[in-house]
Amino acid sequence: MSYLEYSVKYTPTGLRKVLYLNWPLILLLIAVASIGFLMLYSVAGGSFSPWAEPQMKRFAMGLVLMLVVAMVPIWFWRNMAAVAYLGSIVLLLAVEFFGAVGMGAQRWIDLGFMRLQPSEVTKITMVMLLAAYYDWLPARNTSKPQWLLVPLLIVLLPTFLVLRQPDLGTAILLVAAGGGVIFLAGVHWAYFVTVITAGIGLLVAVFQSRGTAWQMLKDYQYRRIDTFLDPSTDPLGAGYHITQSKIALGSGGWTGRGFMQGTQSRLNFLPEKHTDFIFTTLAEEFGFIGAFSLLGLYALIIVFCVTTAMATRDRFSSLMTMGVAVTFFLFFAVNMSMVMGLAPVVGVPLPMVSYGGSAMLVLMIAFGLVQSAHIHRPR
Amino acid sequence: MRRNPRELEQTHRTLSRRAILLGGAQLAFAGALGLRMQYLQVEQADQFRLLAEENRINIRLIPPARGEIYDRNGRPVAQNSQSYRIVMVREDAGDVDAVITRLGQLVELEEEDLNRAMTEMKRSPPYLPVTVAEQVSWRDVSTVAVNAPALPGVVPEVGLTRIYPQGSDYAHVVGYVGPVSDYDLKQIEDPDPLLRIPRFQIGKVGLESKQEARLRGAAGIKRVEVNAAGRVMRELDRREGQAGADVQITIDSALQNYVQARLGEESASAVVIDCDTGDILASASAPTFDPNLFVRGISVADYRGLTENPYRPLANKAVQGVYPPGSTFKMITAMAALEAGLIGPDDTVWCPGHLEVSGRRFHCWKRAGHGHVDLQNSLKQSCDVYYYDLALKVGQDKISAMAQRFGLGVRHDVPMSAVARGLAPDRAWKQRVHGQEWLVGDTANASIGQGFMLASPLQLAVMTARLATGRSLSPRLVKSIDGVEQPSGAGESLGMNENNLRKMRRAMFAVSNDRRGTAYGSRIIEDAYRMAGKTGTSQVRNITTAERARGVIRNEDLPWERRDHALFVNFAPFDAPRYAVSVVVEHGGGGSSAAAPIARDITLQALYGDTPPLEAYPAKDRPRIQAQQDRLRRARPDADIRGSDRA
Repeated sequence: MSYLEYSVKYTPTGLRKVLYLNWPLILLLIAVASIGFLMLYSVAGGSFSPWAEPQMKRFAMGLVLMLVVAMVPIWFWRNMAAVAYLGSIVLLLAVEFFGAVGMGAQRWIDLGFMRLQPSEVTKITMVMLLAAYYDWLPARNTSKPQWLLVPLLIVLLPTFLVLRQPDLGTAILLVAAGGGVIFLAGVHWAYFVTVITAGIGLLVAVFQSRGTAWQMLKDYQYRRIDTFLDPSTDPLGAGYHITQSKIALGSGGWTGRGFMQGTQSRLNFLPEKHTDFIFTTLAEEFGFIGAFSLLGLYALIIVFCVTTAMATRDRFSSLMTMGVAVTFFLFFAVNMSMVMGLAPVVGVPLPMVSYGGSAMLVLMIAFGLVQSAHIHRPR
Repeated sequence: MRRNPRELEQTHRTLSRRAILLGGAQLAFAGALGLRMQYLQVEQADQFRLLAEENRINIRLIPPARGEIYDRNGRPVAQNSQSYRIVMVREDAGDVDAVITRLGQLVELEEEDLNRAMTEMKRSPPYLPVTVAEQVSWRDVSTVAVNAPALPGVVPEVGLTRIYPQGSDYAHVVGYVGPVSDYDLKQIEDPDPLLRIPRFQIGKVGLESKQEARLRGAAGIKRVEVNAAGRVMRELDRREGQAGADVQITIDSALQNYVQARLGEESASAVVIDCDTGDILASASAPTFDPNLFVRGISVADYRGLTENPYRPLANKAVQGVYPPGSTFKMITAMAALEAGLIGPDDTVWCPGHLEVSGRRFHCWKRAGHGHVDLQNSLKQSCDVYYYDLALKVGQDKISAMAQRFGLGVRHDVPMSAVARGLAPDRAWKQRVHGQEWLVGDTANASIGQGFMLASPLQLAVMTARLATGRSLSPRLVKSIDGVEQPSGAGESLGMNENNLRKMRRAMFAVSNDRRGTAYGSRIIEDAYRMAGKTGTSQVRNITTAERARGVIRNEDLPWERRDHALFVNFAPFDAPRYAVSVVVEHGGGGSSAAAPIARDITLQALYGDTPPLEAYPAKDRPRIQAQQDRLRRARPDADIRGSDRA
């Protein structure tokens, strides 16, 4: 297949590509990442180690990666989608057998210079392959059941592997992001209504299975759901995290307690304050204004992605960009809901802010794809 | 495969529509998150701010320094000294057993302390320090400090602990402090939060207990910031507490030390009162014990040794012990008769050795009788019949009233433990308590301080001081609190006929100065310091008629606990009384032989303010006194230092 089928009139070449980058999006990413550095500096008690400095290095690396990915024409990435997806599935299988255990789950492979979480990689490769699939699939076949089997397989295979780790948060994100892309591709409404109804049924089944031989989730996952539904049942145990997180958020008020003045985070009342709960520190130290600003930046990133997706006539580019937007959205929406007591604690980081290598690098690569689509869009 | 442009256009429209829909949904969700943020951070900010403060701020008490106790000359009696203890934080120690074992190789650890520490450690949160060893030496502290790397979580700490520099001398008067017990806490309605501090020391006995409110002081408060694990991160602010008030007592350490030593290991007690002010200059009870043992918790063996001793070292016999006053009570009977105008100047009574009272025979201690005796001779020779006769004329109610005016049967308000009220019975009392008619025989018994009569050494000293001064002198133990002088116990006039009092004093003078006086052997021959006194020998058993017929068994032949109590009261100098003294030797035998010599020595010691010269003693006693003084001096190695700063 050739990209020229979209009747490209002009494609920038060489260094001119740099001019055609979506610069506002890059600035937004830098802004969000900077907030992350600031917060990591703060939760370390005013120190670049152990978190802020590595995070900055990784972000710099991520920026380079993003630009490299952006320079490469989008059709190359489209053609690579299947390979990338298969690669990530192999990694997921590898992690199943050789993965290191952390937080009660097998999640990463130690590469020496970083810990690679294949589940993070999969989020993007899955979106890529789905986009490529629907780019290839004639529109009239989109809603035909037999043509739906492949995308379902694409989504459920990694989901199954991730659930085995077990990483409920990532599994939910994979299903939601995959569903998002399938929805965008134009699959008929009826399927979604059916699936959502079935999903609710499954949820009921999950709860019904509790305590039986065919229990579907691990005990700690059930407990997380329990405490989410009623944190007061276990104020010093598992519900402690949610309660303390809400106290930190709420005590921020309008303007916050001041940079590095957040007592909840500084005195260790917050769990995992440098990763999943970093948003609470931001909200505590910079108040509603700070927290809402970050939310605004995130929303702007979504807006830029949506406009980029709509501006291009290339189906793969659109689906890919929207898929990245949905993935990105799911990250911060689930994380913020979680720390604000609207969702159970499932272990999803705050994108570009939480300390962690895999998630950030993968997101930067994903935005590289978005940039590539933007540069190489048919004009 | 070239795509159909129309189809392409269509799919693009669908995609755009759905992208807007999905993007819109995402923005809507972001908006919802914003609203939630607004709700938590703006609407409920105050509530969460409060919760955050509650999380981080802890209020801790700062124990105040306990007030110190000084004697009348400013000599320390109870002090706070820095003590070192070794504490351990379980959380920091890691392997507690291994660290304890290592610590045990460096520092001597008590098995008892260790067991307590281990239970405490299991109970309390891991970040709280638990005391492993108390009152350790500075050497041990430095050993621990030097080996700190090998002893994670082990820290030496400095605290204040009570010490009693005068040791056993003040065991009964001042008492001791000890850690608050659950029992103590239950006794108090609304306990001071200080008492909840583990091992906080409070007064348990004696002045330490009675003046607890003034000595304790008020707790300071510090607000500290704690982290999630409860560890203190920093101090936010502190309000210093109020140190306890210093208490100066009326006791003179040098005299107290002498009295305690003079009583030795007898089961005895003595009280010295200043006749001008009512100040208790000495109050000793023997045998005594070291109150320092109790401060950190006495060992079971030591405690058993104290409780099982038949001489009851733990009791403060000077104020708790009540004894039939015996013949020392005769002054009261006489005063009652004199005040009632029942004794004429030349009245005598015939003493044939006994008196028939309503069909019962009451004996005089002298079987042969004293013949004709007047007031002075009756007291001097302690004739019992004379007092039987007087009492029958006066009646018990007047005697009882007189006893109470002299401070018998009345609880004196001194801050010591279990101050006894004694008993000066009247007819109504017997009816009320025993439901029986008061018999004439009871009056006869009471007239010589037997029967129902009971008095403590303190009461006897007060009685003597009142006789000597004619004033309603009351005993005072606390001289000043925080520098504020406490009211004197000098008291008003008793309102008695001065002639009658003078007669009594002269009679008492005869007791210890007249050749036939019962205490002649214990006289003082220094003219300026002549003393007046009265012996007492109180029976603790009934002598049956049969025994009397066989001949009364001599005291020395009786088992200790059935022997008579020996008592002596006196004041000196006779012309201008300065000190009133009472001595009781439990089961000591005769008052003149067992109690009077002690009282005389104490009196002289008080009068001279130091070891009295031998010239004050009768010539033939001097070698014996010399030997006794040498012995006592050896028993009180630091007596000279103590005596030197006497005001």
